[in-house]
Amino acid sequence: MKLGVLFSGGKDSVYATYRAMQKEEVSCLISIVSENCESYMFHTPNIHLTSLQAEAMDIPILEYTTQGIEEAELVDLKHAISCAVEQYGIEGIVTGAVLSVYQATRIQKICDSLDLWCYNPLWHIDQDQYMQCLIDEGFEVLVSGVFSAPFDETWLGRRIDDEALRLLRIYAAKYGITLTGEGGELETLVTDAPFFVKKIVVLESESVYANYNGRYIVLRAEVVEK
Amino acid sequence: MIVLLDLCYRPGSLGEDEFVRPIADIVRNGRYPYKICHFTEWDSAAEDDVDAVILCGTPLKDNLFAEMPEYFAWIPGFTKPVLGICAGMQALVLAYGGSIIEKSEIGMTTVRTLVSGDPIFCENEWAAYELHRFCGVLGREFMVLAESDACVQAVRHRTDRVYGVIFHPEVRNPWVVERFLNLFVSDGRTC
Repeated sequence: MKLGVLFSGGKDSVYATYRAMQKEEVSCLISIVSENCESYMFHTPNIHLTSLQAEAMDIPILEYTTQGIEEAELVDLKHAISCAVEQYGIEGIVTGAVLSVYQATRIQKICDSLDLWCYNPLWHIDQDQYMQCLIDEGFEVLVSGVFSAPFDETWLGRRIDDEALRLLRIYAAKYGITLTGEGGELETLVTDAPFFVKKIVVLESESVYANYNGRYIVLRAEVVEK
Repeated sequence: MIVLLDLCYRPGSLGEDEFVRPIADIVRNGRYPYKICHFTEWDSAAEDDVDAVILCGTPLKDNLFAEMPEYFAWIPGFTKPVLGICAGMQALVLAYGGSIIEKSEIGMTTVRTLVSGDPIFCENEWAAYELHRFCGVLGREFMVLAESDACVQAVRHRTDRVYGVIFHPEVRNPWVVERFLNLFVSDGRTC
């Protein structure tokens, strides 16, 4: 089955791509570039890097820009998916949804209206096991945004490794954050993974941070051989 | 042993991750031994000591199971407890001679109980996650336990230990699976 992955470049959409490639054919990635950094539907930090990630994964990508207006962005999403059907002949969509009924049902409804399959391979996954699995399997996951206490500036650009996960577990117990950041507490960027043909190297970046809100912005990056 | 029956179109599909694994997590958290089996492989699974069977859901377009009712012909004669979830409930209805019709629900819906005294469905109403294109047209052997504005949501067989729900309990209502197992496998009651 030919599938398109809704791709933000964060750990969830990258891992969903990985799972989909193990079981079906991933024909393209679909990235929605939202001009609204407060989008309800779409991940925004470093979304400009998805084309580099697609190159590293050796998978075609369809990029589609939306103004990110609530509800109107769903019309844009449907149009982007329709374009992917036309260009790549996809029969279904894969998402990285973990817990969000808001996101999952909206995408399900779009797929239903377009007569497409819809898969959410991370749906209600055990979050602790999932995070440990990313580390153990060699995913290079960087924190690209923090939006909650108690994250300080040192988290921006930090790799999710065993020590970071140890702290996240403590934060989850003490502050009630979700380990995966599903509650919007953090966003991530994947620069390498076991199935990447090449990997991404960050050449220049900057961090912006205030009051438990911060973004790690990649200014220059390149794809290199592994 | 609890058998989780995967109703997706082929063994090991992406649908298993979404519709079987979350049920397996609930069963495992209850410390019940379980195994996952594709519906076309039921005969080999049935050779083990089965305590109960849970028929899991499928993606919206994944309705191959409904075209292969012969694979569910064992259900009416099966003596152990069975719970059907979404596609699983549709398979149950078909196995008992009922039919399914197009009736779509996607998203959260309010479900209301119609009968009192059922050991699993003892709340008056609850919010449930729906993801189905079809629902069952029941024969007389099923009692309707709960419904939404759109369709029947939960049923119980009048004589067999067989339940069905069209909503997905793994998303907001894991108590459905927990109570089913407590009731029939551990002989415990939660209400």
